[in-house]
Amino acid sequence: MKKLMIGNQAVAAGLHDGGLGVVSSYPGTPSTEITEFLAKYDDIHSEWAPNEKVACEVAFGASLAGARSACAMKHVGLNVAADPLFTLSYTGVNGGMVICVADDPAMHSSQNEQDSRHYAIASKIPMLEPADSQEAYSFAKAAFELSEKYDTPVLLRMCTRIAHSQSIVETEEPVGAVVKDYEKNPQKYIMMPGNAIKRHPIVEARTEALRELAEDCAYNTLEMNSDEVGIITSGCSYLYVKEVLGDSASILKIGMPNPLPVKLIKEFAQKVKKLYVIEELDPVIENHVRALGIDVVGKDVFSILGEFSQATIAKAFKMGEKQTISADSVIPARPPMMCAGCPHRGMYYVLAKNKITVLGDIGCYTLGAVPPLNALDSTLCMGASVSGLHGFNAARGADTEKKSVAVIGDSTFMHSGMTGLVNVAYNATNSTVIILDNSITGMTGHQQNPTTGYNIKGDPTAKVDLEALCKALGINRVRVVDPYDLKACEVAVKEELAAEEPSVIISRRPCVLLKSVKPLPPLKVEADKCKSCKRCMSMGCPAISFKDGKAKIDSTLCVGCGVCKQLCAFDAIV
Amino acid sequence: MKTTSVMIVGVGGQGSLLASKLLGRLLVDEGYDVKVSEVHGMSQRGGSVVTYVRFGEKVYSPIVTDGEADIIISFEKLEAARYAKFLKKGGRIVVNTQQIDPMPVIIGAAEYPENVLGELTAKGMDIDALDALSLAEQAGSSKAVNIVLMGKASKYFDISYDSWIKAIENTVAPKFVEMNKKAFELGYNS
Repeated sequence: MKKLMIGNQAVAAGLHDGGLGVVSSYPGTPSTEITEFLAKYDDIHSEWAPNEKVACEVAFGASLAGARSACAMKHVGLNVAADPLFTLSYTGVNGGMVICVADDPAMHSSQNEQDSRHYAIASKIPMLEPADSQEAYSFAKAAFELSEKYDTPVLLRMCTRIAHSQSIVETEEPVGAVVKDYEKNPQKYIMMPGNAIKRHPIVEARTEALRELAEDCAYNTLEMNSDEVGIITSGCSYLYVKEVLGDSASILKIGMPNPLPVKLIKEFAQKVKKLYVIEELDPVIENHVRALGIDVVGKDVFSILGEFSQATIAKAFKMGEKQTISADSVIPARPPMMCAGCPHRGMYYVLAKNKITVLGDIGCYTLGAVPPLNALDSTLCMGASVSGLHGFNAARGADTEKKSVAVIGDSTFMHSGMTGLVNVAYNATNSTVIILDNSITGMTGHQQNPTTGYNIKGDPTAKVDLEALCKALGINRVRVVDPYDLKACEVAVKEELAAEEPSVIISRRPCVLLKSVKPLPPLKVEADKCKSCKRCMSMGCPAISFKDGKAKIDSTLCVGCGVCKQLCAFDAIV
Repeated sequence: MKTTSVMIVGVGGQGSLLASKLLGRLLVDEGYDVKVSEVHGMSQRGGSVVTYVRFGEKVYSPIVTDGEADIIISFEKLEAARYAKFLKKGGRIVVNTQQIDPMPVIIGAAEYPENVLGELTAKGMDIDALDALSLAEQAGSSKAVNIVLMGKASKYFDISYDSWIKAIENTVAPKFVEMNKKAFELGYNS
C-alpha cells in the first residue's frame, strides 16, 4: 500500500513489520513520533521509560529474552543511554535490537548539534542512515536481520529533515514477531573483566565482517554518471545533491555510515577526476576518506554548522543564485514563547520580580529565559538544574542559598532530576528546588510520564507521588503551590529560600493545552480604568498587547487564568 | 515535469499542519510524487512556523529555499513578509490579512510594519489577500482559517473542486466536515 508518511512513522511501520516485540523510549524531538506510532500497534509492548538509559536497558532485556526490540531517542538522549550502549556492543543480542537516534542539525529543538555517528564508531556498532521515508521503512525492517546475523545492536540514524518530512512509502508484508529461545550464556552476557576480555576481539572481528558487507550491500549505492565529478554523500544531503546535480555527477550514497567501506571508496575515487564529500555536521566520512590517502573537497566548502539545502549545493557548484524580493521594513522576529495561561508563567514572574538566580532545565519552561521575563541563568541538559544548583551553592555558600533556585519539569525530574535531589539532601546544601509540575511531558507534544498516572496507551497505571518521593529522597520541607496564585508563590519562594535546610516547592497546575483542562471565560480590560502602566505586560503573556494607549486582551488567546488580574493595581482587568 | 514548491507559513497553533496534511494527501491521490516537510517541537510554541510541500514526477529535496516557491500560503501578514524572499519570480502569495503581534512587538521592543503587504505589492509581487478569519467565523469556527485559505489557494492548483472536497472529507474529523466544506467554499468564492 502506498501512503504518505513522516520518516518517524515509516521507522515505526518498518520496525513493526520487521517483527518488533518490545519498544521502550523517552520522548525527544525529533524522535518522539517513532514510539507514538508504535504505540498504536496492539501486538507490540510499547512504553515511555523515565529516561533513555532505562529505555535502552529495557530493549536489551527484551532482546536477551529473545524478542526483537527497539528504543528511540534524540541525539542527546543517546548520551544518557551511552552507558549500556558501549557494553551492548560486547554482549551482542539474542533477538534483534535497533536503537533509533535522531540528530537535529540546525538545532530546531535542541541544546546542541552533536553528530551521533561518532557514537557508532566509538561503540563499534553498525549504523544505518535512511534518506527518505521509504528507506526509513526498509532500513528499520532489515535492521533486525542485520542485528541477529552479526550479533550486534544496530543504530538507525535519523535527522530532523528525514524524521519530520513526509514522503511516499510502500509497505511490505509484516514478518510477524517471534520470540527466540532464551539460554543462559554467562560468557556472552555477564560483562565482567574475564568475559569482556574474550568478547572484545569478537567485536573487532565483527566490525571487519561488517566492513566487508559495506563494500557490497544494498545500503551503499553507486550511481556512475560522470568521470569528472564524484560525490560521496548520505542522508538528506543526498537529496539536495540529486535535486541540483541530477544525473550530471557520479554519486556514492552511503546508507551505512558505520563501518564505512574501504575498497568501494577507493575504486570510486579512482573513477572520477574530482571527489567531494557532502555530509551535514562533522566530517565523519571525509576523515575516513582522507585516512585512506584520498584528497577530497569537504568541510572546506560544506559547513560543519547547521543544515544544508539545495541552495548549499547550488552555491558550491556555482549554479547561480535565485532572484528574490523582500520588504524594506524590518520584520520583527517571532520567537517561540510560553502559551497564554501557561502555568509556568506565574512562578517565573515571582522569581524574576525577586531577582532570584534560576538554574533551568529542558522543557517548555526553558522559554522562561526569553524577554520580558529573562528568568533563567542556565540550561545545560536534562536534570542539570538540580545538581547544578547544589554545586552553585557549594561554591558560594549561604549567601547564594538564600537567593537561588532550580526549576525542573515533572517529566524531567523523573528522567534525571531525582538523583540530583538525593545529592542535595545527602551532601547537604540548603538548596531550593522548584518542580514545575504541569502533569505532562509538554514540549515534545504531551506524552504521559510516571507522575501522570497514565501509560503510553492512556490507560491508568501506578502514579508517582512527587511529595512522598521528595520526602523519601531526604527532603523534609516539601510544599505545593498553585502557580496561578502569585501571592502564594511569593510566600512559598521566600519562606523556602530562608529555611535552613533543603526544600522542594511543587508548582502544580496542568498544562493549559491538555484536553482535560477547560479554559475559563476570557478576561478583558476596562479601558477607562486602565492607567497604561503596562504592569500586566511584564509577565509576557501573548494574549496581552498595548493598543491605542491601553492594555488589550485577545479573547481568542486568553484562557482566563487571572494572573494578569493579580498584577493590575487599578482593577482594570475583569 | 518540473517540481512545484508550496510553502504554508503562519504562527504556531494556527492549524497549518492540517492544511499541509490535506494538500499532501490530495497530491498523492492525484498521482504526484510528494514531499512534505513539517516543523515540530519548540518552534511550534507561538513561534513562526513553516511547512514545505513539493510535488512533481520525482521530488528529491523536502525543503524550499530562497526564490523557489511557486505559491506561499500565509496565515498571517507578517509571516508573508518574513518568507517573501522564498517566492520565485512570477510566484504568488495567498495571505490572510490577520495581524498577530509577536512578543517583541507586544513588549514594545519592535514595531509591526504598517503596510508590509503594500510594500511587497509595490515591488511587483502578486499578492492575493483575504480576511480568512472573518470567513472562518462565518463558516462556523475561527479554527477553520486553514481551510478558508486552502479554498482561496485551490484555484492556483491544477486540481478539480470536487477532488478538494473529497480530500476534506477524508482528512478532517466527521463532525467537522460540513463546517470545513463551507469554509473551503467561502475561501474559493472570495
